[in-house]
Amino acid sequence: MYSTKYVKPNSTPEALEAIKSLSEGKFLAGGMTLIPTLKQRLASPDGLVDISGCNLDTIADEGETIKIGAMSRHVSVAESPVVKKAIPTLASLAEGIGDRQVRNRGTLGGSVANNDPSACYPSAVLALKATVHTNSRSIAADDFFTGMFETALEEDEIIESISFSKPTKANYVKFPNPASRYAMVGVFVAKFGEGVRVAVTGAGEGGVFRHKEMETALSSNYSSDSLSSLNIASDGLISDLHASAEYRANLIKEMTKRAVV
Amino acid sequence: MGDISLTINGKVETHDVGDNTLLVDFIREKAGLTGTHIGCDTSQCGACVVHLDGVSVKACTILAAQAAGSEVTTIEGIGSSDSLHPMQEAFQENHGLQCGFCTPGMVMSAIELVSKNKNASEKEIRDGLEGNICRCTGYHNIVKSVKAGAEKMGV
Repeated sequence: MYSTKYVKPNSTPEALEAIKSLSEGKFLAGGMTLIPTLKQRLASPDGLVDISGCNLDTIADEGETIKIGAMSRHVSVAESPVVKKAIPTLASLAEGIGDRQVRNRGTLGGSVANNDPSACYPSAVLALKATVHTNSRSIAADDFFTGMFETALEEDEIIESISFSKPTKANYVKFPNPASRYAMVGVFVAKFGEGVRVAVTGAGEGGVFRHKEMETALSSNYSSDSLSSLNIASDGLISDLHASAEYRANLIKEMTKRAVV
Repeated sequence: MGDISLTINGKVETHDVGDNTLLVDFIREKAGLTGTHIGCDTSQCGACVVHLDGVSVKACTILAAQAAGSEVTTIEGIGSSDSLHPMQEAFQENHGLQCGFCTPGMVMSAIELVSKNKNASEKEIRDGLEGNICRCTGYHNIVKSVKAGAEKMGV
């Protein structure tokens, strides 16, 4: 790892001050992606601003939504009575990320800000009509993810919390890569009064995306039968040594069928 | 550079290290506790698992600076060769190790696992040890050891 400077401010304003004083500073949340990236010398920030002391880890039921602090560890979301009661699928999604030690450190905000194309959380943010609250604004999920590892966040912007809408029904099913356990395809299906949202992770060349065709089919008939006649296109899907785009297209349909119960 | 201070197995360790020092290097190189191993160094294998303020973490994926002021427990902190921790005894009795390289991490993960779920089923143990890899592939006896360890710990 290249030499760097570490600071741990006690509030978001202090963290913003700290990042401004650096030329290429990085916010450090749980570090489950950033630290390995630094170890491989794929990044060389002149400073790390650890935001774990900024009190961004509360989880609250706000009626229509549940609001989860960005620094909430995966284990906290998985074990939160609030999340388990309001959106149990979100708790089990968190329980399925990485391994126990990763869940003890990794955070919601870190995962969403990183927008790894195989990460689980972005699909929940997109399917559950979430709103990403930063230090300066609120961003709708549909405007947040802009491409693989890309988001609408500005350089010096911190995610403070994310509000997830409570669905009437929801389910997340992933097909994990047998070695890495990352989602080769993960599908988050969420049913709301006005319709169904389907978000797919692990498969898109541009990162997480909504599958409009399946949304239309499931909005008119919420059953796996309504998907049978759909032909899932492989255009724009990832093709790599783990799976071809065609295989992923088939997995998208299969995971969605399993999610609709 | 600067002094980083944390408590390891009840003893305060203060050392002048770079901000980019990993916790596992601080433990091994500065505190001289080499029971915590470095296996893959890529957060996969779990040979470096220690407890940080009571929860299991991979010490190769945390900066020492992030752990400043915290309590760390390593394999040396749970028992001694004269008086093994019940989980260590269980590993010994059930042939839960072959080459032994992964064992410190396995034991640290197992202790957290059974303290959270005392009646963990075989499946729950296997799931709970997902972050620990045994290159000898001795998983079957590791699972047996963890079950026996849970009973011995009486948690």
